[in-house]
Amino acid sequence: MNENEVRTNKRPFLSGPYFIWIIAFTVLPLIVIFRYALFDGNGHFTLSNIAAIFSSSINRKALWFSLEIALGCTAFCILLSYPLVMALKHLGLSKRGFSLFIIILPMWMNFILRILAWQMILSNNGILNLLLTTLGFEPVRIANTPTAIMIGSVYDYLPYMILPIYTSIMEINEDLIEAAKDLGANSFTVFCKIILPLSLPGLLSGIVMVFVPSMTSFVISDILGGGKLQLIGNIIEQEFMISNNWHVGSGLSVALMILVLLSMAFTRKRTADGKESLVW
Amino acid sequence: MRKHTKLTRFIALAMCLTLTCMLLSGCGKKTKIIGTLNLINYAEYLDPEMLELFTEETGIEVKMDEALTPEEMYTKYSSGAIKYDLVCTADYMLKKMIDDNEFQKIPWDQMEYKDNIGSKYYDFCKAFDPNNDYCLPHFWGTIGILYDTTKVKAPIDSWEVLFNGEYAGDIIMQNSMRDTFMITLKYLGYSLNTDNEDEIRKAQELLIKQKPDVQAYLVDEVRDEVVAGNAIMGVIYSGEAYLGRESNPNLEYVVPKEGSNVWIDCIAITKHCENTEYAAKFLDFLCREDVAKANFEYIYFSTPNIKVIESLSDEEKEDPTLVPPEDSIVNCEVCTQTDKKVTELMSQLWKELKSE
Repeated sequence: MNENEVRTNKRPFLSGPYFIWIIAFTVLPLIVIFRYALFDGNGHFTLSNIAAIFSSSINRKALWFSLEIALGCTAFCILLSYPLVMALKHLGLSKRGFSLFIIILPMWMNFILRILAWQMILSNNGILNLLLTTLGFEPVRIANTPTAIMIGSVYDYLPYMILPIYTSIMEINEDLIEAAKDLGANSFTVFCKIILPLSLPGLLSGIVMVFVPSMTSFVISDILGGGKLQLIGNIIEQEFMISNNWHVGSGLSVALMILVLLSMAFTRKRTADGKESLVW
Repeated sequence: MRKHTKLTRFIALAMCLTLTCMLLSGCGKKTKIIGTLNLINYAEYLDPEMLELFTEETGIEVKMDEALTPEEMYTKYSSGAIKYDLVCTADYMLKKMIDDNEFQKIPWDQMEYKDNIGSKYYDFCKAFDPNNDYCLPHFWGTIGILYDTTKVKAPIDSWEVLFNGEYAGDIIMQNSMRDTFMITLKYLGYSLNTDNEDEIRKAQELLIKQKPDVQAYLVDEVRDEVVAGNAIMGVIYSGEAYLGRESNPNLEYVVPKEGSNVWIDCIAITKHCENTEYAAKFLDFLCREDVAKANFEYIYFSTPNIKVIESLSDEEKEDPTLVPPEDSIVNCEVCTQTDKKVTELMSQLWKELKSE
């Protein structure tokens, strides 16, 4: 991503494996997907496969639902991350390391296992309802609802929001905060005027890392949605696996890629005036 | 000091040699591989030990790939990434592939144990393989309702309970287009092989009306959810129902009186298979009593192997999930609907249903 680094690279051959990897597993598959997307079953050029994302009401609905989940998930992740990172910031160094370790720990486990665990927790006879009924409350029916998908997505992608925000907040010069306090700013003003603006690059890369995967995922909605709720990812999966229509499936994937790229161009423009964000 | 080093070196060398010998002797026991067969099958549909036994006996290695549904199998098969020699799949998919000339005839004369499979089951296959040229029955069964007897008001004998809202929120349906449409068509009194658009649309209307009452659409997890008590009832394959009852004796399985689908999964040799002699050997091996028994005990789906059925205890023989009784399948039909237009219509209606 960083152009200066590429230019100053004195040993280009070291990046050889990387280029082979990229060509074999990113560029070539992309060409195949575009080939499927731009032609119909008889080999005629068409844009209808790509346009299908808007032209069919089923796809529009799934896309809209995906957007809702992705936006909701991103918002919740931001709301949870900032207080947590602020709390971490005030911890001693050793405690901070340990807390961060605890946050990253679940990422060492396969994410499908983590989602299956949520299925067990949220199911009608599951751990959550067992707890509620023991405490004398009415059991809740969360399994196979949008709420379940939201909980699963937030749980899964939260570390990807916490880590970049944590990095950018830790980089903030403590003197700036102290100067602000000397000049009479209270903690809230310090957060709004200093910490939030300076952590923007981290926040933006966190948004990209949470928004994009939660928008395109299909496993979480498959497991926690009970096959009743469909994200655009599920629609694409069905085009490939059930309808056996690779052309429409690829068309939808390309359309989704374009939408994601557009949304990233937006975040990139925002970072252009500050320094380049961590990931993009 | 120097001597000591030499001694150490000697010991190290000796140890290396011993290790190498051990490794080589390990190799010696392995059978020499003379050929390979690629099989695509449902997950857990064969006892993997039987594949090893086959390799030991014949030197032919069987590489098995898995697919969750016939549709997924077909996607993998037709992508051509791997040239499969053998496929194991469901009746309607077999018919589609027979019609597309994907299979070659099974060399029945090379098969010693083919008569272990009851003639009744070969007759079943005539619905899609009229001359019994291509398909060797592997497992069969029915689709019905698995329910918790302690949580229902009365014993269940009709598909109606799924549609009348009585058990709203406690029903699990199959996340499979065909199975779901088939039972709905049966409930409405139509043939499950109908090509009448009105009838199929009526089934979809009913399913859309039912959707708010459905807890989830699942495939493999139906059994677990009913066993765990997360749902009162689920639409399920008879073999799965047997395993469900093993872990929770309060469960009961019923094939509703309106009739249902009787399904049969067969193995066929594809046109890509170059060594049909090996393929026939493998199919014959599967018919052998000990092998069929091991496969049966691995999954507990109903076997078409009469030798295995005869060897069951009386209690097992009377279990409707293991050996579906004749009278329960009177109203049942084998699915042979492969008309492309019908499939596309169903596929579209199914997508609409799922997006409701």
